[in-house]
Amino acid sequence: MGKLIRFLPLILVIALGAVLYRGLSLNPQDMPSALVGKTLPAFELTTLNKRNQVVTQADIVGDIILINVWATWCPTCKYEHPYLVDIAKNSQVTLYGLNYKDDRASAQQWLEYYEDPYVFSIYDEEGTLGLDLGVYGAPETFVIDHHGVIRKRFAGAIDTAVWKREFEPLIAQLIKEKNKGQ
Amino acid sequence: MRLISIFILTLAISLSIHSVEASPVDTYEFRDEVTKIRFQALSKELRCPKCQNQNLTDSNSPIAADLRKELYELLQQGKADIEIVNFMVDRYGEFVLYRPRVSGLTYVLWFGPIALILFGIIVVIVIVRRKPIDKTALTLTTEQQDKLNRLVNEK
Repeated sequence: MGKLIRFLPLILVIALGAVLYRGLSLNPQDMPSALVGKTLPAFELTTLNKRNQVVTQADIVGDIILINVWATWCPTCKYEHPYLVDIAKNSQVTLYGLNYKDDRASAQQWLEYYEDPYVFSIYDEEGTLGLDLGVYGAPETFVIDHHGVIRKRFAGAIDTAVWKREFEPLIAQLIKEKNKGQ
Repeated sequence: MRLISIFILTLAISLSIHSVEASPVDTYEFRDEVTKIRFQALSKELRCPKCQNQNLTDSNSPIAADLRKELYELLQQGKADIEIVNFMVDRYGEFVLYRPRVSGLTYVLWFGPIALILFGIIVVIVIVRRKPIDKTALTLTTEQQDKLNRLVNEK
Protein backbone atom coordinates (compact mmCIF):
# COMPACT_ATOMS: atom_id res chain seq x y z
CA MET A 1 0.00 0.00 0.00
CA GLY A 2 2.79 2.40 0.97
CA LYS A 3 4.59 1.72 -2.28
CA LEU A 4 1.45 2.27 -4.31
CA ILE A 5 0.92 5.69 -2.75
CA ARG A 6 4.46 6.64 -3.69
CA PHE A 7 3.59 6.00 -7.35
CA LEU A 8 0.27 7.83 -7.17
CA PRO A 9 1.60 11.27 -8.27
CA LEU A 10 3.33 9.67 -11.25
CA ILE A 11 0.14 7.86 -12.24
CA LEU A 12 -1.87 11.08 -11.90
CA VAL A 13 0.61 13.04 -14.00
CA ILE A 14 0.57 10.39 -16.72
CA ALA A 15 -3.25 10.39 -16.71
CA LEU A 16 -3.34 14.19 -16.94
CA GLY A 17 -0.78 14.10 -19.74
CA ALA A 18 -2.87 11.56 -21.65
CA VAL A 19 -5.99 13.72 -21.36
CA LEU A 20 -4.18 16.87 -22.47
CA TYR A 21 -2.40 15.05 -25.30
CA ARG A 22 -5.75 13.89 -26.62
CA GLY A 23 -6.93 17.51 -26.46
CA LEU A 24 -4.09 18.51 -28.78
CA SER A 25 -5.37 16.33 -31.59
CA LEU A 26 -9.01 17.39 -31.28
CA ASN A 27 -10.30 19.92 -33.77
CA PRO A 28 -11.93 22.78 -31.86
CA GLN A 29 -13.75 23.86 -35.03
CA ASP A 30 -15.46 20.51 -35.21
CA MET A 31 -18.85 21.01 -33.65
CA PRO A 32 -21.72 18.61 -33.98
CA SER A 33 -24.72 20.06 -35.71
CA ALA A 34 -27.84 20.47 -33.64
CA LEU A 35 -29.79 19.34 -36.69
CA VAL A 36 -28.40 15.85 -37.16
CA GLY A 37 -31.34 13.48 -36.69
CA LYS A 38 -33.92 16.12 -37.56
CA THR A 39 -35.71 16.80 -40.83
CA LEU A 40 -34.98 19.74 -43.06
CA PRO A 41 -36.51 22.92 -41.61
CA ALA A 42 -39.48 24.39 -43.45
CA PHE A 43 -38.73 27.18 -45.92
CA GLU A 44 -40.26 29.03 -48.81
CA LEU A 45 -37.72 30.65 -51.10
CA THR A 46 -37.14 31.16 -54.78
CA THR A 47 -34.62 29.30 -56.90
CA LEU A 48 -31.49 31.05 -57.96
CA ASN A 49 -32.19 30.85 -61.67
CA LYS A 50 -35.89 31.73 -61.66
CA ARG A 51 -36.90 34.51 -59.34
CA ASN A 52 -40.58 33.56 -59.71
CA GLN A 53 -40.17 29.88 -58.95
CA VAL A 54 -40.94 29.26 -55.28
CA VAL A 55 -39.51 26.10 -53.71
CA THR A 56 -40.14 24.56 -50.30
CA GLN A 57 -38.67 21.68 -48.32
CA ALA A 58 -41.07 19.38 -50.26
CA ASP A 59 -39.13 20.07 -53.45
CA ILE A 60 -35.93 18.62 -52.05
CA VAL A 61 -36.35 15.00 -53.13
CA GLY A 62 -34.01 12.09 -53.73
CA ASP A 63 -32.68 8.94 -52.11
CA ILE A 64 -29.49 10.45 -50.81
CA ILE A 65 -29.52 14.20 -50.83
CA LEU A 66 -26.64 16.60 -50.49
CA ILE A 67 -27.29 20.24 -49.79
CA ASN A 68 -24.25 22.37 -50.42
CA VAL A 69 -24.16 25.87 -48.95
CA TRP A 70 -22.21 28.16 -51.24
CA ALA A 71 -21.73 31.79 -52.21
CA THR A 72 -19.67 33.80 -54.67
CA TRP A 73 -18.02 35.73 -51.82
CA CYS A 74 -16.54 32.49 -50.50
CA PRO A 75 -13.12 31.58 -51.94
CA THR A 76 -13.22 28.05 -50.51
CA CYS A 77 -16.42 27.46 -52.49
CA LYS A 78 -14.49 28.11 -55.66
CA TYR A 79 -11.89 25.56 -54.59
CA GLU A 80 -14.48 22.86 -53.96
CA HIS A 81 -16.62 23.60 -57.00
CA PRO A 82 -14.89 21.25 -59.51
CA TYR A 83 -15.17 18.42 -56.99
CA LEU A 84 -18.90 19.09 -56.67
CA VAL A 85 -19.27 18.97 -60.44
CA ASP A 86 -17.52 15.64 -60.40
CA ILE A 87 -19.63 14.31 -57.51
CA ALA A 88 -22.86 15.36 -59.24
CA LYS A 89 -21.84 13.42 -62.33
CA ASN A 90 -20.35 10.30 -60.80
CA SER A 91 -22.03 9.70 -57.48
CA GLN A 92 -25.46 8.41 -56.55
CA VAL A 93 -26.30 11.51 -54.58
CA THR A 94 -28.74 14.22 -55.59
CA LEU A 95 -27.01 17.52 -55.13
CA TYR A 96 -28.89 20.72 -54.29
CA GLY A 97 -27.34 24.11 -53.71
CA LEU A 98 -28.14 26.71 -51.11
CA ASN A 99 -26.91 30.04 -52.34
CA TYR A 100 -26.29 31.78 -49.04
CA LYS A 101 -26.42 35.56 -48.60
CA ASP A 102 -25.32 36.28 -52.10
CA ASP A 103 -26.08 38.49 -55.05
CA ARG A 104 -28.37 36.76 -57.53
CA ALA A 105 -26.72 38.07 -60.71
CA SER A 106 -23.16 37.18 -59.64
CA ALA A 107 -24.28 33.76 -58.47
CA GLN A 108 -25.97 33.02 -61.80
CA GLN A 109 -22.86 34.18 -63.60
CA TRP A 110 -20.71 31.90 -61.41
CA LEU A 111 -22.78 28.84 -62.34
CA GLU A 112 -22.67 29.73 -66.03
CA TYR A 113 -18.95 30.16 -65.88
CA TYR A 114 -17.94 27.22 -63.69
CA GLU A 115 -20.70 24.73 -64.65
CA ASP A 116 -23.81 24.10 -62.56
CA PRO A 117 -23.66 20.83 -60.58
CA TYR A 118 -26.93 21.42 -58.70
CA VAL A 119 -30.42 20.16 -59.49
CA PHE A 120 -31.27 23.69 -58.47
CA SER A 121 -29.96 26.22 -56.02
CA ILE A 122 -32.17 27.74 -53.37
CA TYR A 123 -31.65 31.49 -53.29
CA ASP A 124 -31.35 32.51 -49.63
CA GLU A 125 -30.49 36.18 -49.79
CA GLU A 126 -31.28 36.97 -46.17
CA GLY A 127 -29.77 33.77 -44.81
CA THR A 128 -33.04 32.70 -43.17
CA LEU A 129 -32.82 29.06 -44.18
CA GLY A 130 -29.12 29.24 -43.38
CA LEU A 131 -29.99 30.36 -39.87
CA ASP A 132 -32.52 27.56 -39.43
CA LEU A 133 -29.88 25.09 -40.58
CA GLY A 134 -27.32 26.49 -38.17
CA VAL A 135 -25.03 27.56 -41.00
CA TYR A 136 -22.25 29.85 -39.83
CA GLY A 137 -20.20 30.16 -42.96
CA ALA A 138 -19.67 28.67 -46.36
CA PRO A 139 -19.05 26.11 -47.68
CA GLU A 140 -21.07 23.66 -45.63
CA THR A 141 -22.62 20.43 -46.81
CA PHE A 142 -25.54 18.51 -45.35
CA VAL A 143 -26.33 14.87 -46.05
CA ILE A 144 -30.00 13.88 -45.94
CA ASP A 145 -31.21 10.28 -46.11
CA HIS A 146 -34.20 8.79 -47.94
CA HIS A 147 -36.47 9.53 -44.97
CA GLY A 148 -35.57 13.21 -45.20
CA VAL A 149 -33.53 13.11 -42.00
CA ILE A 150 -30.32 15.14 -41.80
CA ARG A 151 -27.51 12.66 -41.13
CA LYS A 152 -24.43 14.79 -41.34
CA ARG A 153 -23.23 18.34 -41.48
CA PHE A 154 -19.79 19.05 -42.82
CA ALA A 155 -18.24 22.50 -42.57
CA GLY A 156 -15.39 23.17 -44.97
CA ALA A 157 -14.32 22.36 -48.48
CA ILE A 158 -14.95 19.00 -50.11
CA ASP A 159 -12.18 17.52 -52.22
CA THR A 160 -11.33 13.96 -53.21
CA ALA A 161 -9.69 13.08 -49.89
CA VAL A 162 -12.45 14.65 -47.80
CA TRP A 163 -15.10 12.96 -49.93
CA LYS A 164 -13.48 9.55 -49.41
CA ARG A 165 -12.99 10.05 -45.71
CA GLU A 166 -16.11 11.93 -44.64
CA PHE A 167 -18.82 11.08 -47.12
CA GLU A 168 -18.27 7.76 -48.87
CA PRO A 169 -18.66 5.57 -45.75
CA LEU A 170 -21.89 7.34 -44.78
CA ILE A 171 -23.28 7.11 -48.30
CA ALA A 172 -22.47 3.40 -48.45
CA GLN A 173 -24.27 2.97 -45.14
CA LEU A 174 -27.30 4.92 -46.35
CA ILE A 175 -27.52 2.77 -49.47
CA LYS A 176 -27.37 -0.32 -47.29
CA GLU A 177 -30.09 1.02 -45.00
CA LYS A 178 -32.31 1.79 -47.95
CA ASN A 179 -31.81 -1.64 -49.53
CA LYS A 180 -32.69 -3.28 -46.26
CA GLY A 181 -35.87 -1.27 -46.29
CA GLN A 182 -35.13 0.51 -43.04
CA MET B 1 -2.42 75.25 -16.49
CA ARG B 2 -4.56 76.01 -19.50
CA LEU B 3 -2.35 73.85 -21.66
CA ILE B 4 -2.81 70.94 -19.31
CA SER B 5 -6.59 71.23 -19.34
CA ILE B 6 -6.60 71.34 -23.14
CA PHE B 7 -4.40 68.28 -23.18
CA ILE B 8 -6.69 66.41 -20.81
CA LEU B 9 -9.73 67.40 -22.82
CA THR B 10 -8.15 66.17 -26.08
CA LEU B 11 -7.18 62.93 -24.41
CA ALA B 12 -10.68 62.42 -23.06
CA ILE B 13 -12.26 63.07 -26.46
CA SER B 14 -9.90 60.75 -28.30
CA LEU B 15 -10.42 58.03 -25.71
CA SER B 16 -14.18 58.31 -25.91
CA ILE B 17 -14.02 58.08 -29.72
CA HIS B 18 -11.83 55.01 -29.45
CA SER B 19 -14.08 53.27 -26.99
CA VAL B 20 -16.91 53.70 -29.48
CA GLU B 21 -14.85 52.28 -32.32
CA ALA B 22 -13.51 49.38 -30.32
CA SER B 23 -16.53 47.11 -30.65
CA PRO B 24 -18.99 46.52 -33.45
CA VAL B 25 -21.83 48.96 -33.11
CA ASP B 26 -25.37 48.17 -34.02
CA THR B 27 -27.84 50.98 -33.98
CA TYR B 28 -30.73 49.05 -32.52
CA GLU B 29 -33.54 50.98 -30.94
CA PHE B 30 -35.24 49.23 -28.06
CA ARG B 31 -38.76 49.58 -26.78
CA ASP B 32 -37.58 50.08 -23.25
CA GLU B 33 -34.57 49.97 -21.02
CA VAL B 34 -35.27 46.40 -19.85
CA THR B 35 -35.21 45.02 -23.41
CA LYS B 36 -31.93 46.81 -23.99
CA ILE B 37 -30.38 45.26 -20.88
CA ARG B 38 -31.71 41.84 -21.86
CA PHE B 39 -30.19 42.26 -25.32
CA GLN B 40 -26.83 43.14 -23.83
CA ALA B 41 -26.97 40.29 -21.33
CA LEU B 42 -27.98 37.70 -23.92
CA SER B 43 -25.42 38.77 -26.48
CA LYS B 44 -22.76 38.33 -23.79
CA GLU B 45 -24.09 34.90 -22.81
CA LEU B 46 -24.30 33.59 -26.35
CA ARG B 47 -21.17 32.49 -28.09
CA CYS B 48 -20.40 33.26 -31.71
CA PRO B 49 -20.51 29.86 -33.49
CA LYS B 50 -17.79 30.75 -35.97
CA CYS B 51 -15.25 32.26 -33.60
CA GLN B 52 -13.88 30.00 -30.91
CA ASN B 53 -13.94 32.30 -27.93
CA GLN B 54 -15.93 35.44 -28.50
CA ASN B 55 -19.46 36.22 -27.56
CA LEU B 56 -21.92 37.90 -29.88
CA THR B 57 -21.08 41.33 -28.49
CA ASP B 58 -17.36 41.02 -29.10
CA SER B 59 -17.33 39.44 -32.50
CA ASN B 60 -17.08 41.30 -35.78
CA SER B 61 -17.85 38.25 -37.89
CA PRO B 62 -20.85 38.36 -40.23
CA ILE B 63 -22.55 35.45 -38.47
CA ALA B 64 -22.32 37.26 -35.12
CA ALA B 65 -23.89 40.33 -36.68
CA ASP B 66 -26.66 38.13 -38.13
CA LEU B 67 -27.29 36.51 -34.78
CA ARG B 68 -27.38 39.88 -33.02
CA LYS B 69 -30.00 40.95 -35.54
CA GLU B 70 -31.93 37.74 -34.94
CA LEU B 71 -31.64 38.24 -31.20
CA TYR B 72 -32.93 41.80 -31.55
CA GLU B 73 -35.87 40.64 -33.64
CA LEU B 74 -36.75 37.86 -31.21
CA LEU B 75 -36.68 40.36 -28.36
CA GLN B 76 -38.88 42.76 -30.31
CA GLN B 77 -41.33 39.90 -30.86
CA GLY B 78 -41.56 39.63 -27.10
CA LYS B 79 -39.88 36.23 -26.77
CA ALA B 80 -38.72 35.14 -23.34
CA ASP B 81 -35.02 34.64 -22.63
CA ILE B 82 -35.42 30.87 -22.38
CA GLU B 83 -37.22 30.76 -25.74
CA ILE B 84 -34.41 32.74 -27.36
CA VAL B 85 -31.76 30.49 -25.85
CA ASN B 86 -33.67 27.40 -27.04
CA PHE B 87 -33.96 28.93 -30.51
CA MET B 88 -30.19 29.35 -30.71
CA VAL B 89 -29.42 25.91 -29.23
CA ASP B 90 -31.84 24.25 -31.70
CA ARG B 91 -29.82 25.66 -34.55
CA TYR B 92 -26.27 25.91 -33.34
CA GLY B 93 -26.16 23.35 -30.54
CA GLU B 94 -24.99 23.64 -26.95
CA PHE B 95 -21.83 25.24 -28.31
CA VAL B 96 -23.47 28.67 -28.34
CA LEU B 97 -23.97 28.67 -24.59
CA TYR B 98 -21.12 29.99 -22.51
CA ARG B 99 -22.75 28.36 -19.50
CA PRO B 100 -23.62 24.90 -20.80
CA ARG B 101 -26.66 23.22 -19.36
CA VAL B 102 -26.27 20.47 -16.82
CA SER B 103 -26.55 17.20 -18.74
CA GLY B 104 -24.86 13.82 -18.98
CA LEU B 105 -22.20 15.39 -21.18
CA THR B 106 -21.41 18.25 -18.86
CA TYR B 107 -21.48 16.55 -15.46
CA VAL B 108 -17.68 16.47 -15.36
CA LEU B 109 -17.54 20.13 -16.29
CA TRP B 110 -20.02 21.22 -13.65
CA PHE B 111 -19.17 18.90 -10.80
CA GLY B 112 -15.53 18.03 -11.54
CA PRO B 113 -14.12 21.02 -9.65
CA ILE B 114 -16.31 20.33 -6.59
CA ALA B 115 -15.26 16.67 -6.67
CA LEU B 116 -11.60 17.68 -6.85
CA ILE B 117 -11.95 20.08 -3.92
CA LEU B 118 -13.69 17.39 -1.84
CA PHE B 119 -10.94 14.93 -2.75
CA GLY B 120 -8.31 17.47 -1.69
CA ILE B 121 -10.04 18.16 1.61
CA ILE B 122 -10.27 14.43 2.33
CA VAL B 123 -6.57 13.97 1.58
CA VAL B 124 -5.66 16.85 3.90
CA ILE B 125 -7.88 15.50 6.69
CA VAL B 126 -6.39 12.02 6.34
CA ILE B 127 -2.85 13.40 6.51
CA VAL B 128 -3.58 15.68 9.46
CA ARG B 129 -5.39 13.04 11.47
CA ARG B 130 -2.86 10.32 10.91
CA LYS B 131 -1.48 9.32 14.33
CA PRO B 132 2.11 10.38 14.96
CA ILE B 133 4.50 7.46 15.11
CA ASP B 134 4.76 6.10 18.63
CA LYS B 135 8.45 6.44 19.56
CA THR B 136 8.13 3.98 22.46
CA ALA B 137 7.14 1.26 20.04
CA LEU B 138 10.47 1.71 18.31
CA THR B 139 12.53 0.03 21.02
CA LEU B 140 14.17 -3.22 19.97
CA THR B 141 13.04 -6.55 21.18
CA THR B 142 15.58 -8.51 23.21
CA GLU B 143 16.11 -10.76 20.23
CA GLN B 144 16.95 -7.81 17.99
CA GLN B 145 19.12 -6.26 20.69
CA ASP B 146 21.10 -9.52 20.98
CA LYS B 147 21.61 -9.60 17.23
CA LEU B 148 22.74 -5.99 17.23
CA ASN B 149 25.21 -6.63 20.02
CA ARG B 150 26.60 -9.62 18.22
CA LEU B 151 27.08 -7.63 15.02
CA VAL B 152 28.74 -4.73 16.82
CA ASN B 153 31.03 -6.99 18.82
CA GLU B 154 32.08 -9.12 15.90
CA LYS B 155 35.01 -6.90 15.02
